[in-house]
Amino acid sequence: MTKKTKLLLGGSIIVAALAYLINSGIREAAVYYITPSELKAKGDAVSDRSLRLGGMVVPGSLHWEPQTLKLTFRLTDGKEEVAVEHTGSPPDLFKEGAGAVVEGKCVKGGPFQSSMIMAKHSEEYHPPGKGQAQAEHIHRTSVTPRSTQ
Amino acid sequence: MIATLGRFSIWLALAIAVYGAVVSILGARRGRPALIESGQGAVVSLFGLSSFAVLLMEAGLVGHDFSLEYVARNASLETPLFYTIIALWGALEGSILLWVWLLALMTLLTVLIERKRQRELIPYATTILLCISAFFLFLVAFPASPFTTILPVPPDGRGPNPLLQNHPLMAVHPPGLYAGYVGWSIPYAFGMAALLTGRLGETWIRSVRRWSIASWGFLTVGIIVGGRWSYEVLGWGGYWAWDPVENASLLPWLTGTAFLHTIMIQERRKMLKFWNVALVIITFALTVFGTFLTRSGILSSVHAFSDSAVGPLFLGFIGLILFTSFSLLVYRSDKLQAEGDLDSLVSRESAFLVNNLLLLGFAFAVLLGTLFPLLSEAVRGVKVSVGEPFFNTVNVPIGLGLIFLMAIGPLIAWRHASLESLRKTFAGPLLLAILGTGICGFLGVRGLYPLLAFGLSLFTAITVFQEFARGAMTRRRNTGEGYLTALSKLTTRSRRRYGGLIVHLGVALVVIGITASSVFKLEQEVTLKQGESLQLGRYQVRFDELSAWQEPHRFVVQGNFTIFNSNHKVAEMRPAKRFYPTEQQPIGTVDVRSTAREDLYLVLSSFAQDGTSATVKALVRPLVMWIWVGGWVMVVGSLIAIWPDRRRAVAADSVEEYMAWQPGRS
Repeated sequence: MTKKTKLLLGGSIIVAALAYLINSGIREAAVYYITPSELKAKGDAVSDRSLRLGGMVVPGSLHWEPQTLKLTFRLTDGKEEVAVEHTGSPPDLFKEGAGAVVEGKCVKGGPFQSSMIMAKHSEEYHPPGKGQAQAEHIHRTSVTPRSTQ
Repeated sequence: MIATLGRFSIWLALAIAVYGAVVSILGARRGRPALIESGQGAVVSLFGLSSFAVLLMEAGLVGHDFSLEYVARNASLETPLFYTIIALWGALEGSILLWVWLLALMTLLTVLIERKRQRELIPYATTILLCISAFFLFLVAFPASPFTTILPVPPDGRGPNPLLQNHPLMAVHPPGLYAGYVGWSIPYAFGMAALLTGRLGETWIRSVRRWSIASWGFLTVGIIVGGRWSYEVLGWGGYWAWDPVENASLLPWLTGTAFLHTIMIQERRKMLKFWNVALVIITFALTVFGTFLTRSGILSSVHAFSDSAVGPLFLGFIGLILFTSFSLLVYRSDKLQAEGDLDSLVSRESAFLVNNLLLLGFAFAVLLGTLFPLLSEAVRGVKVSVGEPFFNTVNVPIGLGLIFLMAIGPLIAWRHASLESLRKTFAGPLLLAILGTGICGFLGVRGLYPLLAFGLSLFTAITVFQEFARGAMTRRRNTGEGYLTALSKLTTRSRRRYGGLIVHLGVALVVIGITASSVFKLEQEVTLKQGESLQLGRYQVRFDELSAWQEPHRFVVQGNFTIFNSNHKVAEMRPAKRFYPTEQQPIGTVDVRSTAREDLYLVLSSFAQDGTSATVKALVRPLVMWIWVGGWVMVVGSLIAIWPDRRRAVAADSVEEYMAWQPGRS
């Protein structure tokens, strides 16, 4: 084998490994956005899959129990409602009548188990900060990081 | 008055930039020094006018001129002076103005420094830089004018976003990042000048080397400080979330890192000429792309994109850069043939080649993960999000490969490394690193990736120390200097090499900090009554009471906690919530107790109105401090690498220039 062949072979192996990593990574890690109506329509087909559910917090549905840190509420898209359960205190921007996106899984027959809440700032508030960058950061302030260990 | 003067100075600056761009290239093409000098005069005027515009904007902010829309949105009567001043880069229009000013400053410096040394390239580089200036000036002249006025004039402004007036690091983070972004314009301009003139030897590389390292250093400062700001302000206990805005700053850093390494191959072995020009084009395009990502509104949704006038302009500009630059590159490709050849697979050249593949793979994965949601929405109409898991699965193994190369790259021989030299150089560090990894395992570190990350970082650090020690010893033997003198002379005589090694040491520290703090963090969220405590790791956190008070521009509720470490009181911590009148929701302020061993991080999540109980989130994150320390070590390393070395540099360059210059070539 000449040097050039060896070099090309080595390079191709690295590139192939990178391509494999990226391809399998993106398949596993893409999380789908879904509305309450879509969730109801799909039913069991999406149970136990990682999802992002977006909607408005139904007024009067919010219950926060500081002692057990249990937070329950319902999300609606105007047509369907989905019950959501979360452990941890509500983020600063999270409130009834405002938009929210929760990430988690839908367990068969039970409420949506949220592992992360992203509260949306209200529609009339445009963060004057670093443009969209700031909006993203504001989302992140309200993220409850997945509990570990 | 301010608005009129401001708009006038920006329009004039735009006209002058266009004029300068045209006369510079005309002067170079027709061999008319007067035109070239006129172009350089334009650079001076451009700097003067953009400085004037920045001063006007600051006068508007500090003087509370609310007839300016930008001031009304980003300043208020109650905002402290410091945050009023830095509101210049608090929003889109002002930050592009800052961008324009930084570019004008750097263009001026480039012309002053390189005017004599790069007589043939400088007019072309000036044209390119003035064209870039013209684009950003166009943005602030029309779609994103910071001097837009409003009527009726409001009595008070809204003030900056509370998140931006919550931490002094806001004074450092955006300008650092922008200086890093803007700085890459200069290597790009010289790369293009080299393509335009066909002078594709190593001359252009020599001029851009320092600028590249400086821009890289600024980007590093911006990224590290941004992580720290995120950690101390956003209250989620982390410093990096693979957020698109963060990714945007990482992309040019990665490709820029690749460029800094391969220019060494070109200087030394006259290889990779095509590749180097391509890398500098990609890096520059990514800096513009980074601004585009943060400024266009495309992040939230493809549909938001069409609402913004700035977005499509950016996209067009990036398209233009890529198209013209790569066309020119292909047109000149016959002049970009390698003169050297790769002699052996075990050599520094091939270590650099693999490093480049990995860095670009890393960058590609980050780019794909960032854009995937947009691609998916545009192509399939399905909204998806790609979060941390993707970036971690792909980038952690690539990162580990890079650390390995970082340890061996600087020490392996050029051309061909013999087995004997490999053994001599690496046997000691390798044994020590394996021993260290064993100790980590013994102390409770589990898992392949964490062990590899610690082991390889240790390996890198040890090779760096070994290299310094060996060099100093040799010098001491030959010259009879003391240890410290030998060490400092060694470093200053070969700044670039030893600066680079120090950067590698910094990266190793950052990796150790990131690994420890993300793998071994403890976290707990509990509601405590007065006097109750929570236990986390070695710490007890006792909730004492809530206190509240009114400040001029906000109302503060603070939780008072006492921290015990096995029954010894070690600290009092005061996380708080701040209520700004212009916002509907409070802004949390975390309290962090930082030690070399670990950080204790407290967030006041919520509280009972009567003050009897508070919900607190506590995190213990080991070795976080070493991320910041490592970051500054990287910056110090790059400073050492670019520190001017007057005596030799000038002589070498002028001889080189004399040799390379051939009259009549264009």
